[in-house]
Amino acid sequence: MPDRLTATEAPYTIGMPPFRPGDSPDFGGAFTEQPGDLSRPSVDCDAQDTAEHARGLIRVLGDDHVASGQWEPDIPEEELLLGLEHMVRLRTFDDRMMKMQRTGLLSFYMRSFGEEAIAVAQTMALEEHDWLFPSYRQPGAQFVRGRDMVSMICHCIGNLEDNVRGRQMPVHYTWREGRFISISSPVGTQFPQAVGVAMASAYRGLDEACITWLGDGTSAQGDFHYAVNFASTFKPPVILNVVNNQWAISTHANLATGGRTFAERGLAYDLPSFRVDGNDFLALYAVTKWARQRASAGLGPTFIEVYTYRAGAHSSSDDPSAYRPQDEHTCWPGGDPIDRLKQHLIGRGLWDEDQHSALIERLDAEVMAAYKEACTHGDLANGPYPPASTIFTEVYEEVPWHVQEQREELGK
Amino acid sequence: MAKMNMIAALNSAIDLQMQRDENVVVFGEDVGYVGGVFRVTAGLQEKHGAHRVFDTPLSEGGIAAIAFGMGLNGLRPVCEIQFADYIFPAYDQIVNEMAKLRHRSGGEFWTPVTIRTPAGGGIKGGHHHSQSPEAQFTHTPGLKVVYCSTPYNAKGLLASAIECNDPVVFFEPKRCYRGPFYGDPHNVPTWNNHPDGEVPEEHYTIPLEQARVVKEGAACTVIAWGAMVHVAEEGIRQSGVDAELIDLQTLVPWDRDTVVESVRKTGRCVIVHEAPKTSGFGAEMSASIQERCFWHLEAPIQRVTGWDTPFPHTTEWDYLPSPGRIAEAISRTQEA
Repeated sequence: MPDRLTATEAPYTIGMPPFRPGDSPDFGGAFTEQPGDLSRPSVDCDAQDTAEHARGLIRVLGDDHVASGQWEPDIPEEELLLGLEHMVRLRTFDDRMMKMQRTGLLSFYMRSFGEEAIAVAQTMALEEHDWLFPSYRQPGAQFVRGRDMVSMICHCIGNLEDNVRGRQMPVHYTWREGRFISISSPVGTQFPQAVGVAMASAYRGLDEACITWLGDGTSAQGDFHYAVNFASTFKPPVILNVVNNQWAISTHANLATGGRTFAERGLAYDLPSFRVDGNDFLALYAVTKWARQRASAGLGPTFIEVYTYRAGAHSSSDDPSAYRPQDEHTCWPGGDPIDRLKQHLIGRGLWDEDQHSALIERLDAEVMAAYKEACTHGDLANGPYPPASTIFTEVYEEVPWHVQEQREELGK
Repeated sequence: MAKMNMIAALNSAIDLQMQRDENVVVFGEDVGYVGGVFRVTAGLQEKHGAHRVFDTPLSEGGIAAIAFGMGLNGLRPVCEIQFADYIFPAYDQIVNEMAKLRHRSGGEFWTPVTIRTPAGGGIKGGHHHSQSPEAQFTHTPGLKVVYCSTPYNAKGLLASAIECNDPVVFFEPKRCYRGPFYGDPHNVPTWNNHPDGEVPEEHYTIPLEQARVVKEGAACTVIAWGAMVHVAEEGIRQSGVDAELIDLQTLVPWDRDTVVESVRKTGRCVIVHEAPKTSGFGAEMSASIQERCFWHLEAPIQRVTGWDTPFPHTTEWDYLPSPGRIAEAISRTQEA
């Protein structure tokens, strides 16, 4: 027998993250892409007119925090200040909730740390009646739509006032009034479902869009392909976002795909496809507005890669120091989304450090007050929790006999 | 009344629902222009428009997912999975998503999807055009599971399924599309002369928790669903035993009162299904019946099922429960 000739040390490619614990992360300091690099095509352009946009990076806020370029959105000052406030509210909320989790007051938690701009800016760019079909790092959309924070915390505790009656893990919000569709743990299922939601809006002749998000890791699921392919085929008013935060728990995006940018995948389906700086509030707002205008024009879906960095752990159960340098997020050239909008507003004379400190103080008090109020409806240690009978309700529209029998067997 | 085979009856049910409710939409692989590989949706696109009856990409997972989203946003989707064997790419969307949406959202969202799918053997379909995977759905809280057997119940049950605000997996025994099947592949009658081939042209429903007593009897209760209803009928004939035949029709929730009353009367029970035995829905029926009827039972409950093997091609008549096997099982219950 001849000696085996194939190389056995590396029989196939195993993607690697750029840095591991102990490395000094160096992303080159700054993005090479600058605001103004990319044009803003008309909303009725051909998908292939966005080829450069899918390979490049749409930015509005420069490294000097000045907004420029064709993508600079026309957004009122008070809206920008409100966007900043919602992002700070989300971060303050997340920080408090994580502390609660660490002291045993919540069973689990997931922060949006470093990704606050995404749901806030994108939801602000939509109409109030548009559907939101989130993954688990877009809870900020609820603040934009005015959800009562007490109700959100009641859900996270799973207490008597949890609107999903203690059935879902924390952060799996549902809020029909805000058209914030129930979050599901099997990641990616919402992506093609959102296409169906948008098809129904189109069928019913309503000027509604549906926006949905999934992660770089989840883009490996079949559901991703179902969604993009059905969107491409039926062209309903759906906005499909791949949030490339580069990490799926411990798995780097280099192991999620061997392809180039995520946005470029959309081109193959003939969808207008944009790659946008996910830490740039103004760029996110502008691209989402473009997508919404295209939907209103009856021209169907837009595909967006939101390029960001997951600054925090995946969840309260995850310890990123096991797989990446602890300070890596501080080296990310995209910077911090809150700080970037803040510096922009300061530069325009609309904001200052004192106002910012006062805002944080006010929001921290707001979160604490909401937490205390939520706990009056039950805390994790002592309850009261939803009654056990809620196990058996809303499984079907009406309780069938076999479920009723089991409820009687439990005797509660 | 009109003479209809099961295909015409199902078509009529969908057509009437589309006329009654503008939110009913129909889609799946090949269901639009050509009207489905079994022609269940024939003519509906021409009649109701391509926006209401349309072909989709070849993607069961995508079909189920858009059905979920459309149902959540006010529509009443009726989608077809071309063969039940191909439902598994949609399994996550059905089992983790549709089935649990109402519960997980505290009742704020629900999706009234009907998934129609031709199932079962007897058409020389081999592994992957013959399976009967009902048990893989009966095990999922939140789903209703229906298995029709005749043109008459196909129409009434499908109408109920479409009107139901819960997701329904609706199995159609493809062997019975054009005629009842009594277990003899060389002698397959049409629905033409069968009383259940007489189907009202107008709308009617059969409640989803209701079984059907096909034939009354005193000596044994035979429970079946889908194509096996007719095979069991022939099995009873061959056994010479005065057995009662129950067509379960809806598996979840099944008709407790009809089944329990019958078994308490006869004291004997045979359950027939074409899916494999292990963890089949017959196991659930058997366990439930002994819980409720133990002191009335005169003999062990018998199961006659497909084997615990993949479904074969040329040897399918040795795989499927035959009238002879069913007759033997009925006879065994009479020995005690």
